[in-house]
Amino acid sequence: MRFFDPAAFVDYLFNHFLMGGVLVTIGLTLASVAGGLVLGMIIALMRMSQNLALYGFARTYIWFFRGTPLLIQLVVIYTGLPQLGIKLGVINSALIGLILHEASYLAEIIRSGFMSVPQGQREAAWALSVPRRTIFWRVTLPQAFRLMIPPFGNSVNSLLKATSLASVISVEEIMRRSDMLMQEHFQILEVYAAAAVYYLLLVSVWDLIQQRLESHFGRSLDRNAKSTPAKRR
Amino acid sequence: MTNDTHHGLGEKDQYAVRMEAVYKRYGDFTALTEIDLKVGKGERIVICGPSGSGKSTLIRCINHIEKHDEGLIFVNGIELQHNPKSIDRVRRETGMVFQNFNLFPHMTILENCVLAPMSAHRLSRKDAEDRARALLERVHIADQAQKFPAQLSGGQQQRVAIARALCMQPKVMLFDEPTSALDPEMVKEVLETMKSLVGDGMTMICVTHEMGFAREVADRVVFMDRGRIVEQAPPDQFFTAPQTERARYFLDQIIH
Ligand SMILES: Nc1ncnc2c1ncn2[C@@H]1O[C@H](COP(=O)(O)OP(=O)(O)OP(=O)(O)O)[C@@H](O)[C@H]1O
Ligand SMILES: [Mg+2]
Repeated sequence: MRFFDPAAFVDYLFNHFLMGGVLVTIGLTLASVAGGLVLGMIIALMRMSQNLALYGFARTYIWFFRGTPLLIQLVVIYTGLPQLGIKLGVINSALIGLILHEASYLAEIIRSGFMSVPQGQREAAWALSVPRRTIFWRVTLPQAFRLMIPPFGNSVNSLLKATSLASVISVEEIMRRSDMLMQEHFQILEVYAAAAVYYLLLVSVWDLIQQRLESHFGRSLDRNAKSTPAKRR
Repeated sequence: MTNDTHHGLGEKDQYAVRMEAVYKRYGDFTALTEIDLKVGKGERIVICGPSGSGKSTLIRCINHIEKHDEGLIFVNGIELQHNPKSIDRVRRETGMVFQNFNLFPHMTILENCVLAPMSAHRLSRKDAEDRARALLERVHIADQAQKFPAQLSGGQQQRVAIARALCMQPKVMLFDEPTSALDPEMVKEVLETMKSLVGDGMTMICVTHEMGFAREVADRVVFMDRGRIVEQAPPDQFFTAPQTERARYFLDQIIH
């Protein structure tokens, strides 16, 4: 057996079976980010609420899901819920686990984003009699969002790689399919090197998107930014 | 004073702002003690006093940015109670300008000015923009309407903040050290803008240490120390013959 077979590595890079796994990884990541953002927002609002029950629930939620390994969460959801009569299938189990997990991180990121918006911004809006809802949607949320992008980007980066844990409950994403290929031909390094390249590619694409988001939402703070063209006149 | 102590008499109140025995505490610390202040309609008040004397706290209680603990506050006869409806009614009578401008950094100057009229006054975008442009014109900044706050100088930003407050057509304007964060060469343009409001008969309450402005514009100077109003007098009298030791000491400090 040779130490590393470059030809086999290149073969795996263009292996359609593995590419199918890449699509599953992308899908898992996107769906978990979307679900995590919605749930994370709800948890963050509860965490910032004056209501002690909501606050307590949010604290406990965050404590639990950030404090236990995603791997255990996935296995428990996959094997535990069917015993309660809830049958979900692997993809749904993985999605639920990933969303619950991601939400606990995003909730804290969202909360710290809101806390970083200077209090003077709210005071100015109060003094102008801007309605509460409008203050949230037009004043605090956009500013909090800008502050959230860097930690949010990090979290998505981690999540993208954490989807590989779903292989344990047999979701056929990159990692699972690499395992399957590996068991067929035992070209361990070649297969996993190809898988690593895919993760690198995905993370790099996300980096680019994150940079675009940052410059888009930071443009108003740029002293030399071009004026926006007059809108809807 | 008959039955008007607990319920405002609406338009009949001759005062723009009336504070009676107002207290404000932060934990054990009493920031405002026994504040009695009556400001007539169209009157221009300058509040001064040493740092930490409660000037900001007082002015921020008037529009409930800070919640007073005791006493009564009326704005144009509307009693300021601790419920959203009352607070909203009072805030619609008042405009506020802050030391740090507090413009919304992610919105253009024009968007800053139309947000409140469109959401609180339910104006159409066109009407709100017309109103905003007219007021930006007045503070000589109309040509910057499509820029973001960060692209303007401090003096320009503060003039925008004044225009933004005026877009809500307040009856009382509250200023909390509007020129303290500005470079000296920009102080004048902001003070000129404020003086231009005087002609409209706007009621103004202004925390400032700009004594030239106080002499020229104020009807009355209110001097605070340690959470109390210690002395009130017309500017000529206050600056030339302060009645209290503390005011004399304070004036000595700021003149040198
Ligand atoms: N949120 C707060 N919590 C606790 N103490 C406060 C708070 N805000 C103000 N204080 C205290 O209340 C007192 C009055 O503060 P205030 O800001 O009204 O003073 P000021 O006269 O405006 O001073 P300056 O000239 O420095 O602006 C100060 O001693 C301050 O430390
Ligand atoms: Mg102050």
